[in-house]
Amino acid sequence: MSPKTLYDKIWDAHLVHEDEDGTSLLYIDRHLVHEVTSPQAFEGLRMAGRGVHAPDKTIAVPDHNVPTTLDREKGIENEESRIQVEALDKNAKDFGINYYPVNDIRQGIVHIVGPEQGWTLPGMTVVCGDSHTATHGAFGALAHGIGTSEVEHVLATQTLIQKKSKNMKVEITGKLHPGVTAKDITLTVIGKTGTAGGTGYVIEYCGEAIRSLSMEGRMTVCNMAIEGGARAGLIAPDETTFEYIKGRPHAPKGAQWEAALNWWKTLYSDDDAHWDKVVTIDASEIAPVVTWGTSPEDVLPITATVPAPEDFAGGKVDAARRSLEYMGLEPGQKLTDIKIDTVFIGSCTNGRIEDLRAVAEIVKGKKVKDGMRAMIVPGSGLVRAQAEEEGLADIFIEAGFEWRLAGCSMCLAMNPDQLSPGERCAATSNRNFEGRQGRGGRTHLLSPAMAAAAAVTGHLTDVRELM
Amino acid sequence: MDKFEKLTGVAAPLPLINVDTDMIIPKQFLKTIKRSGLGVNLFDEMRYNDDGSEKPDFVLNKPAYRSAEILVAGDNFGCGSSREHAPWAIKDFGIRCVIAPSFADIFFNNCFKNGILPIALPQEQVDLLMKDAEKGENARMTVDLEKQEITTSDGEVIPFQVDAFKKHCLLEGLDDIGLTMAKASEISSFESAMAMERPWV
Ligand code: SF4
Repeated sequence: MSPKTLYDKIWDAHLVHEDEDGTSLLYIDRHLVHEVTSPQAFEGLRMAGRGVHAPDKTIAVPDHNVPTTLDREKGIENEESRIQVEALDKNAKDFGINYYPVNDIRQGIVHIVGPEQGWTLPGMTVVCGDSHTATHGAFGALAHGIGTSEVEHVLATQTLIQKKSKNMKVEITGKLHPGVTAKDITLTVIGKTGTAGGTGYVIEYCGEAIRSLSMEGRMTVCNMAIEGGARAGLIAPDETTFEYIKGRPHAPKGAQWEAALNWWKTLYSDDDAHWDKVVTIDASEIAPVVTWGTSPEDVLPITATVPAPEDFAGGKVDAARRSLEYMGLEPGQKLTDIKIDTVFIGSCTNGRIEDLRAVAEIVKGKKVKDGMRAMIVPGSGLVRAQAEEEGLADIFIEAGFEWRLAGCSMCLAMNPDQLSPGERCAATSNRNFEGRQGRGGRTHLLSPAMAAAAAVTGHLTDVRELM
Repeated sequence: MDKFEKLTGVAAPLPLINVDTDMIIPKQFLKTIKRSGLGVNLFDEMRYNDDGSEKPDFVLNKPAYRSAEILVAGDNFGCGSSREHAPWAIKDFGIRCVIAPSFADIFFNNCFKNGILPIALPQEQVDLLMKDAEKGENARMTVDLEKQEITTSDGEVIPFQVDAFKKHCLLEGLDDIGLTMAKASEISSFESAMAMERPWV
């Protein structure tokens, strides 16, 4: 047999049908659903008199529109948001799919809930009407976002019409320095390859620095594969993966666990597999980074200064000029001199327990800078409960953070948590596009530890100075 | 998707050119979470007064055309925004066939995805069908997709062209999902094999 990449192996294991031109029908093991991109798909099923083909493989949870303030049982004020959530309630019930409603402790961001509940397993195909489905690639699952018409297609058939992508390897060799995290890895990769660097590819992340990451960290890395333009990001499963999965509610048990484990252990790229593109980065050269512009590729080490448009070439010159104007920054300004109004810690990139522990470590015994708005939004109700149990919540509240309920919150301006024009935010989320966190809002992407540091000092800060 | 084989019904005349998708369904109705239910707002601004009452002169408000299933219209029908809400609204109202001298490209394709047959004909033939439609309720015309023929209430037969693949999909009621469902046995044998190989999934 010819050598295969991990992607090749998962692809081949899910191929139902292939046309001569390469158009393929791929079987989908897990279909995750949230309230924004699914209503028309369910409606389509109803109009055509179709059911959900595999309701037991379909998992829904509302997250984007859900308020994260403590008074959320009062209901959702915005009518459209409320209608979308109510529609999901009804669709989940009518079609008999797995569901975690707003008031369930397990509710949270769909990409946090899936792994947490053991729905996401190695070697699976996982889709969701949401680009950050890439997160689940951390388990060695082929996971990517789809559109509403495809959501309907998967609901009806449990398959997806696809063409195969190319294979790209991103190897992070060596060890990370203290204070450097998974978020810094993934941002550094995007900074290096650009937001189109992964277009047409499925990326497999490998190398010592990736192997050393926890599952939480690996999810952070894969989450942003999409910002790098890739269809999906993958990390081969290993003991860390198996350890994380074992005992989760929907993980296999007993003899099935053994059988699953046997197969999972075959899920790696063969030594002489063919790669269409390879990027190698030395972990020891990665610093804590922040974004300065309005594209996730606008990444610099925290020790750097704001670039000038002329530092770039081609179309990026104008793009950088526009970014700097939008962001209200001057070339040559030290990044650490940039004052921050708001700190947002959360999202499917960095809303997991380990992220919160990293924040607690920095802010313990310190105070959020006067006048700063700082919020921590756990990725799920269970993350919230665990943080309370571990005493992290007390540290946050003591320091002056708002301690919220689970949801997408300020990652995107679709619920009440929004930036106002000109407001500058240090955010652990994944997109710094114009208006992403609210009209005119200015976003700097960074790691949870770096966000915590900014909350304490009131400006972008090298977290290593607080360690 | 609903099949389209042969349809005999009332045709409503709408002798306007450049009917855009904003006229077909104005943007305030795009906030919906549905594809269905848009029929009441089809041609909303032409059809209703500001207070919500009907404009009696608009063709679809006339008793003869309230249950029209065919629409005969002017040149460049369906231009403007690409909103799929336009064919959704037309279909929801009950119209399954639109006849015009020409169509905007995206709208034209969207129709096929939603079980609606758009037919482009030379102006003289559309004029003839327009006259036939104006006769009202008793003048029912027949659209036969298999034979690719329209028969007027007077028995006059007008042939039309349609892309062979699109015709096949409409006749069989196939959309992407329908086409995949035609592979249902392949999917279920895959599932049986998987239940053996990877029972934990
Ligand atoms: S947290 Fe942000 S990126 Fe993640 S699913 Fe929600 S809105 Fe999308």
